[in-house]
Amino acid sequence: MTEIIVVTSGKGGVGKTTTSASIACGLARRGKKVAVIDFDIGLRNLDLIMGCERRVVYDFVNVIQGECTLKQALIKDKRLETLFVLAASQTRDKDALSSDGVRRVFDELTTEGFDFIIADSPAGIEKGAHLAMYFADRAVVVVNPEVSSVRDSDRILGLLSSKTQRAEKGNGQVKEHLLLTRYSPKRVATGEMMSVGDVKEILGLDVVGVVPESPDVLAASNSGTPVILNEDSDVSRAYEDAVSRLLGETLPLRFIDEPKKGFFARMFGG
Amino acid sequence: MGLLALFRRSPPSAHVAKERLRIIIQQERSARGGGPDFLPLLRRELLEVIRKYVNVDPAAVQINVEREDGQEVLEFSVALPEKAR
Repeated sequence: MTEIIVVTSGKGGVGKTTTSASIACGLARRGKKVAVIDFDIGLRNLDLIMGCERRVVYDFVNVIQGECTLKQALIKDKRLETLFVLAASQTRDKDALSSDGVRRVFDELTTEGFDFIIADSPAGIEKGAHLAMYFADRAVVVVNPEVSSVRDSDRILGLLSSKTQRAEKGNGQVKEHLLLTRYSPKRVATGEMMSVGDVKEILGLDVVGVVPESPDVLAASNSGTPVILNEDSDVSRAYEDAVSRLLGETLPLRFIDEPKKGFFARMFGG
Repeated sequence: MGLLALFRRSPPSAHVAKERLRIIIQQERSARGGGPDFLPLLRRELLEVIRKYVNVDPAAVQINVEREDGQEVLEFSVALPEKAR
């Protein structure tokens, strides 16, 4: 059984690609065979975050248009045996994708025995985003605790429940998960930022992960190493937890409370 | 922070954000399939009628369809401006 997970958000810049890369790595680390696909045609970026930008020869559009085989286009990760990246085309536009083409690629990945397909959706609600979610079994909705991101993700939830294959064929619902990124427990404590509970209540979704705001995310993208692989980072631990929850484990949320400062830290501003 | 926060009068901004989102998302959900198609038009027309008598703010008019036990309830509320009373 191949499970298709779309990573989506509506709004741009909230951490879809960072999340796609880290979830894909996390699943592959647990021995799952994973393909992570960039649906942002014309604005390829997953390759950079995965650190394989210089190894892209063929892309997703080439496969769909029959200019190469899927095997030729899949880039095998150098760190994890069972992880493969399919890059977006940088020169074509989003109309180069077709529903039939995407279906064929997904079918072939299924035949090849992949456990998971991670579809990294572009921002917006146009064709690329639509096709990224269309065949999904599950959706990870990436949200920043901020008004425009929350509103846009609610729009995406509307599309997930009406414009997907599952919705159209009455084949059950796409299972939706909320993943909060750039979370700052300190600002939540002072009332400057909405809490996990607030966002959860507004959107009515179960929380699959809360990723703290951290300089480690930029450092990871600078070096082309998905942040989940930086084991010293809380961000990595938060993504590991999210992956475990996606696989059905029940874990308490971490990194949502401000660390208690000791007496000396408070006195001397540590 | 600290002492100053104790005397701060305005509610924390996160609280304001949550309230604004709660209202707009409820409105958008009912506009896109939660409620019948005519809701936005009904809201506009009702607003025009009300405005013949009281000058209310468009944001002061809330219209929602709620479902309970198979029954649909059309809920309509108008907040009158202070001076009108």
